[in-house]
Amino acid sequence: MKPNRPVGIVGYGAYVPRFRIKAAEIARVWGAGEGGLPIEEKAVSGLDEDVISMSIEAARNALRRAQIDPQEIGAVWVGSESHPYAVKPSSTLVAEAIEATPLVSAADWQFACKAGTEAMQAAFGYIGSGMVHYALAIGADTAQGRPGDALEYTTGAGAAAFILGPGEESLAVLEESLSYVTDTPDFFRRPYMHYPEHGNRFTGDPAYFHHSVTAGQKLLEQLGRTAKDYTWAVFHQPNVKFPSKAAQMLGFSPEQIAPGLLVGQIGNTYAGASPIGLTATLDVAQPGDRIFMVSFGSGAGSDALSLQVTDAIVERRKRAAPTLAYVKRREEVDYATYARLRGKLQMA
Amino acid sequence: MPMELARNWRLRRQRLSLEGAQCAACGHLVFPTRPVCPKCRSRQLQPYRFSGRGEVYSFSTVYEPPAGFEGYAPYTVAQVRLAEGPLVTAQLTDVDADSVYIGMKVEMVTRKLFEDGENGLLVYGYKFRPPVMAPTNGHVSADVLAHTEPQHEAQAPVLVAN
Ligand SMILES: [Zn+2]
Repeated sequence: MKPNRPVGIVGYGAYVPRFRIKAAEIARVWGAGEGGLPIEEKAVSGLDEDVISMSIEAARNALRRAQIDPQEIGAVWVGSESHPYAVKPSSTLVAEAIEATPLVSAADWQFACKAGTEAMQAAFGYIGSGMVHYALAIGADTAQGRPGDALEYTTGAGAAAFILGPGEESLAVLEESLSYVTDTPDFFRRPYMHYPEHGNRFTGDPAYFHHSVTAGQKLLEQLGRTAKDYTWAVFHQPNVKFPSKAAQMLGFSPEQIAPGLLVGQIGNTYAGASPIGLTATLDVAQPGDRIFMVSFGSGAGSDALSLQVTDAIVERRKRAAPTLAYVKRREEVDYATYARLRGKLQMA
Repeated sequence: MPMELARNWRLRRQRLSLEGAQCAACGHLVFPTRPVCPKCRSRQLQPYRFSGRGEVYSFSTVYEPPAGFEGYAPYTVAQVRLAEGPLVTAQLTDVDADSVYIGMKVEMVTRKLFEDGENGLLVYGYKFRPPVMAPTNGHVSADVLAHTEPQHEAQAPVLVAN
């Protein structure tokens, strides 16, 4: 997919909370061995943090880089599976906080871990058609896993925001994208349920790998390219192993995915995961570099995007804190503190 | 309840954007806004958005918080001297109480201030925290590539994608 006129990323920003819990600490509490833990540690949101607050900070970083008038933003779209309200948009509050209101489209998106890239895809269309000049697309989550469940080791917290706009103003131009979707119920949460259900190994081959790799292959075919035509690649990262294997299946090297592979340090940030990988990759990319990105959301589907970095990256990335500044800002907590921060204790 | 909703809504620009006012007559800056300039008594006050940068002027740690804030204790409340001049009273966040000092540089962030019970409104507003970091010079640092080594490979448990 590609709009009639060039579009791209004008500004980007990330946010990761400062608390960390080690996977080994979670394993200790549940009496599991430390062998084969899926990540080293994950980011945990503070008591005063949620998808709205994290989205606001990521959006402000994106605005600092873009240096545009927020009144020119025509759409504010927040993708998440942990919106603080069941009914009431997160996006209206984010739009208000960055002063993009009131002549603005605002909506919350939901597609498990690909809600953020889904919002990006739609924003490219809005801009490409000329309906708006800029759009803000955000992927953010404060994911929850049932205590003791396999998910609990990896469910992290973080956000990434992108101000998308015309190609000529962009620091990375969209070359082509596609979405690959089937109805594959690998992971879901019913209304009023606090924690999701998932299909354990069913989430692997038929879900994550099938959608990520097929979307990636089809986009490479459409562009007549191979992995060697790219400097960097970013994949959805529910753990370290899956994106590493998906990259390998598509011919990408460990070096190509290294800057955008942060799950080992911050956990699976769900709708924020591949978007934060992209912000970290933009932090190190050089003009002319090509970036290949594939998200994945349970349910299931993948968005694949091909981007080329422009000269504007050099000046703009300096204007806000880089992704790694947040990744490296860390305060380790034990399971008891983590349980308090994440509301896992029921007092009544 | 409806009264509180309306009140919280009216305060949104002040809370979310740190919007105060500037006196059109004498240039004096105030936060929060008010009807009359405290310096020259003019009523010509215009909305003014503060940068959010400042430093700690005084602080104290709250161990026995008022109703609605119990879950957050202990927390530190500070008077922050904004770079533009006015003093703002606000909670500090992302900082341990024992590492706060007078003169500490802080920046404004928007956080959840409180929840109006289990069914009620979530109220967001300004807090202050130590600045995350100065922007980079744009160069790739060597440890970017070094810190993403693959983790333990042995006896993998069930890995769940989602
Ligand atoms: Zn005055």
